[in-house]
Amino acid sequence: MTTFNLNGKSVSVDSPADTPLLWVIRDELKLKGTKYGCGIAMCGACTVHLDGVAIRSCVTPVSEAASRSVTTIEGLDSDAGKALQSAWVEEQVPQCGYCQSGQIMQAANLLENTPNPDDAEINAAMNGNLCRCMAYTRIKKAIKIAAKAKGA
Amino acid sequence: MAIKAETIRAAVSRRRFLVGSAQAGLVMSLGTVLPGCSQEQAASDMASGDMSRSFAPTVWFEMDANGAVLINIAKAEMGQHVGTALARIVADELGADWETVSIKHVDTDPKWGYMVTGGSWSVFTSWTMLSQAGAAGRAVLIDAAATMLGVNASDCTAMNGKITAGGKSVSFAEIVQKGDISRSFTADELAALPIKPASERNLIGKPATARDIPAKSKGTAQYGLDVELPGMVYGHPLLPPTRYGSSITSIDDSAAKGIPGYQQTIRINDPSNKIQGWAMVIADSFPSAMKAAAAVKVNWQAGPTAHISEADLIREGEKLAADKSTGVLVVNDGDVAAARSAAAKTHSGIYRTSTALHFTLEPQNALVEFDADGICHVHAGNQWQSLILPDIAKALEVPEANIVIHQYYLGGGFGRRLYGDQMIPAALAARELGKPVKLVFQRADDSRFDCVRSASVQQFDASFDADGKLTGIEHAAAAGWPTLTMAPGFLADGVDGNGKFDTFSVSGGDHWYTLPNHRVRAVNNDLAQRTFLPGWLRAVGPGWIGWGVESFMDELAKMAGVDPIEYRLALLDGAGKNAGSAPVAVGGATRLAAVLKDVRERSGWGSTLPAGEGMGVAVCHGQERTMPTWIACVAHVGVDPTSKKVTVKKLWQSIDCGTVVHPDGALAQAEGAALWGVSLALHEGANFKDGQVVERNLNAYTPLRMADVPELDLHFVDSTEMPMGLGEPPLVAVPPAIGNAIHAATGVRARNLPIRL
Repeated sequence: MTTFNLNGKSVSVDSPADTPLLWVIRDELKLKGTKYGCGIAMCGACTVHLDGVAIRSCVTPVSEAASRSVTTIEGLDSDAGKALQSAWVEEQVPQCGYCQSGQIMQAANLLENTPNPDDAEINAAMNGNLCRCMAYTRIKKAIKIAAKAKGA
Repeated sequence: MAIKAETIRAAVSRRRFLVGSAQAGLVMSLGTVLPGCSQEQAASDMASGDMSRSFAPTVWFEMDANGAVLINIAKAEMGQHVGTALARIVADELGADWETVSIKHVDTDPKWGYMVTGGSWSVFTSWTMLSQAGAAGRAVLIDAAATMLGVNASDCTAMNGKITAGGKSVSFAEIVQKGDISRSFTADELAALPIKPASERNLIGKPATARDIPAKSKGTAQYGLDVELPGMVYGHPLLPPTRYGSSITSIDDSAAKGIPGYQQTIRINDPSNKIQGWAMVIADSFPSAMKAAAAVKVNWQAGPTAHISEADLIREGEKLAADKSTGVLVVNDGDVAAARSAAAKTHSGIYRTSTALHFTLEPQNALVEFDADGICHVHAGNQWQSLILPDIAKALEVPEANIVIHQYYLGGGFGRRLYGDQMIPAALAARELGKPVKLVFQRADDSRFDCVRSASVQQFDASFDADGKLTGIEHAAAAGWPTLTMAPGFLADGVDGNGKFDTFSVSGGDHWYTLPNHRVRAVNNDLAQRTFLPGWLRAVGPGWIGWGVESFMDELAKMAGVDPIEYRLALLDGAGKNAGSAPVAVGGATRLAAVLKDVRERSGWGSTLPAGEGMGVAVCHGQERTMPTWIACVAHVGVDPTSKKVTVKKLWQSIDCGTVVHPDGALAQAEGAALWGVSLALHEGANFKDGQVVERNLNAYTPLRMADVPELDLHFVDSTEMPMGLGEPPLVAVPPAIGNAIHAATGVRARNLPIRL
C-alpha cells in the first residue's frame, strides 16, 4: 500500500512498489490527462510535479511518491499554471494536444523557478518535451505571455 | 489521381438536400438518395429518424429549439482543428451565430459515406458540399422567415442566427420552434443556389479559436488510449521478427507466472493473414503486461526478410532506378530516349532517403468489446475507418455491418492512423477471451511495426544540346508502395496503359515545370514491400519526391550558371498542360511563379552572407496536380566548418492555397509541416537491420526539439480561389531548400536524407 497526496487529496493504492507512477495515476486513480509517450523519460508527455518539481512519471516508481505530494494537469492551480493554461488557449498552442499536459507541467515548473525566462532558459527547460506536431514556436510564445501575465 | 472524380460525380447525381422539422428541432442534411427510393420517401424517413433504406447523408447538421447548431464531423481530429474549419464553412453560408455552433466527431456508420482523413483533402473535398448545404439551409430558413414576417424572401438576409428584412427580424430559434418545415432540393437546385461572394463572408477567412483547444489545454481531451470499459483486460503484443512470414514455434510463459496480474499468453490466429505470427500477453494491468511481456519466451521461425538491412533496401532501389526497363510510366511527354540519343551532354543525379518513422506520440492502441448482439465495438482514434473496417470484418469473418469504430482525438496521425492494423489482434483476442481487450503498444513495438516511410532512391538523367540547353529529363523513383499493400484498389493506371502505380509514391514527379521531353517512372522496390509495411507519412510521395526534383533542379541551374530562382521561373511558363484550369488550378504554373517571386522579395534573396552560410530555394505544388497548393520556400543555413553541423537559421515560405478558411489553424499547420520538413531533413532517419527498425525510441530516433527550431516567416497569399490542402504541402519544399542552401554555403551537394555532411 502506497499513500500519497494527489492534487490536494490523500490517496492510497496497492499497486506493486515498482509500478511506474504514470500508470497508477492513469489506470488506478483514473486521471487520464497525464500521457504515455516513450516510457524512457525522453518525451515529457508524462510530466507531473512531485513536491513541486517536474518529474517523468513513466520512470518514477510509485514508492517514490509515498507520503509526498503529486500534482497532475488536473490539479494544476498555481498562478503560473493558470496563466499557462490561458496562454495556451490565447496562442492556440495545441495541435493534436497529446503532449500538451506534459508541456504545461514542465513550463509551470520553469516559471516557478524562473519567473521571466529568456529564450535560452525556455529552450533548456523545454527541450526534453517532444511536440510531434512541432508546435514549438507557439509553446515558447505562450510561456512568455504567461510569464508576463503572471507578473502583471 | 487519388481522388476519384467519377465516384464523386456519380454520388452527386443522386444527391439531395433535405430539411425537416423533427422532434423539437430542425434537421438538415445533404446526402445521397439511395437507389429505389424517392426524394419524398427520404425526406419523410429523415423526419422520422430512420434513413436506413432511403438516404445516406454526408453533411448532417441540426438546429435545436434554441437555434443552436450541431454540425456532425466525419473527419478525424488529429491537430488540424478540422471540425472548426468545416463547421465554419457551413455556418458562414447558413448565417449562423458561431457562438451557438458546436461540433461532434462521429463514429462509423454507413450513413456517413466514405470515412477517410488524409491527403490534406478535408477542406478541399468538403468545400463545395458544405457551402451548398449551408446555402440550402439558409434558403429554407429565409423562406420560413419571410412567411412569418410577411415580407419577400428576396428582401431577407441571414446573419448571426437571425433572418432580417427591413427593420424586422426573426431568430433561427423562433423559426425552429414554429416547426412544420419539410423541404428538399435536387442536385441541380443545389447547384443553382447562390453561394456568398468572398466579400460577404463573416466566418471564412476570419480569425477564430479552435473548438478542440480548451480541452487540450486542460488535460480533458479524450484520446483512444484514455478509454476504459468495465471488465477489460490489457493486451500486450509479442511481435515476430519480421512483419511477414514468421510463425511461432513455442511459447514458454513459466517465468511470467509469478508476476502479479499476469493472466495468460495467447496466439493470434488471423484468418485474413494480415497479422502473422503475433502472440499477446493478457494481464490485469498494463504494468503487469509489460513485465510479463519481458518474461515470456516466444520462439519464432523467422520470415524470409529477417536478414534485410537498410543498405540492402537502398541498393535494391538504386539497381531498380538505374534500369530503364523497370517501373510504370507516370509522365511520358515528348521523347526522352530520342533526346538522350541526340544529346551533346548528359548529367545524372541520385537522391536517397532513409526510412522514417511516424512516431505518433500516442502509441498505437485499440480497445475492443463485443456487445450482447455480437456487434464488435472498436475504440481507437483512426484516419481511414473505411479501409480498416472491412479488414477487421475479414479477420473476424463477420459482416461489415457488425463492426463499429468509435472515434476519439488522435494523439498524432501523420498518416500512421490511416491504417489500424492493431485493431485486428485486439478484436480477435476480445472475441476469444469473451471480454473487452485493451491492446497497447509500448513505444519500441510501435516503432518496430510502424508502417514506416519507405527508404527511397531517385535517379534523374538529364540531356543537353550542344548549346548546353536542357532537352529532357528522365526521372525514376523507387520505393515501397503503401497503397499496393493496404489499398490496392486505389492504384492508378500508368499513362501508357502498361501497369498500375501508387500515386502516393510518385506524386510531385508530375510537376509544373515545362520540359521539352519528360519521363517519370514509378518503380516498386519489391524488397522493401516484402520486408515491411510501407506507410503514408505526412506529405507522403511529395515528401521525398520533392527532395529529388528540387535538388536536381538546383544542380541544373548551377550547371547552367543561372540563378536558381531565375532558372525555375523560366520553366514555370504556364504553357500547355501547365496552364491550369478552373476550378482547382486556375492560373496553373504562373501561380507557382508568383509565390516564387514573392519569397524572393521577402527573403532578401541574393544578399551577401558570411562565409559558411547560404540560402537555398525550392518549390512544390502540394500533394497532387489535381489539388495544387502553390508554395515557394527559401532556407538560410549556416554550416560549422569544423563539426559540419548544419543550423537552419530561418525559413521563408510563400503559400498560395486559395481561400484560407481558418487562418490561424492554417498557419499552425504550416508551422508544424515546415518544422517536420526540417526534422526529416536533418534530425530523423531510421535504419533496418536484421529485418527490423533499429531506432525504436527517442534515445536513438531524434525528431526536432525546441532548441533547434529556426525562425519562421510563413506568408499566405491573399486569394479567393477554391481552397486547397494545407496539412502537408508546407513540408515538401523544406528539405531541398535546406540541401540547396548547404550547397550554396559549402559547395557540397547533399544527396541523402537525413543530411549528414
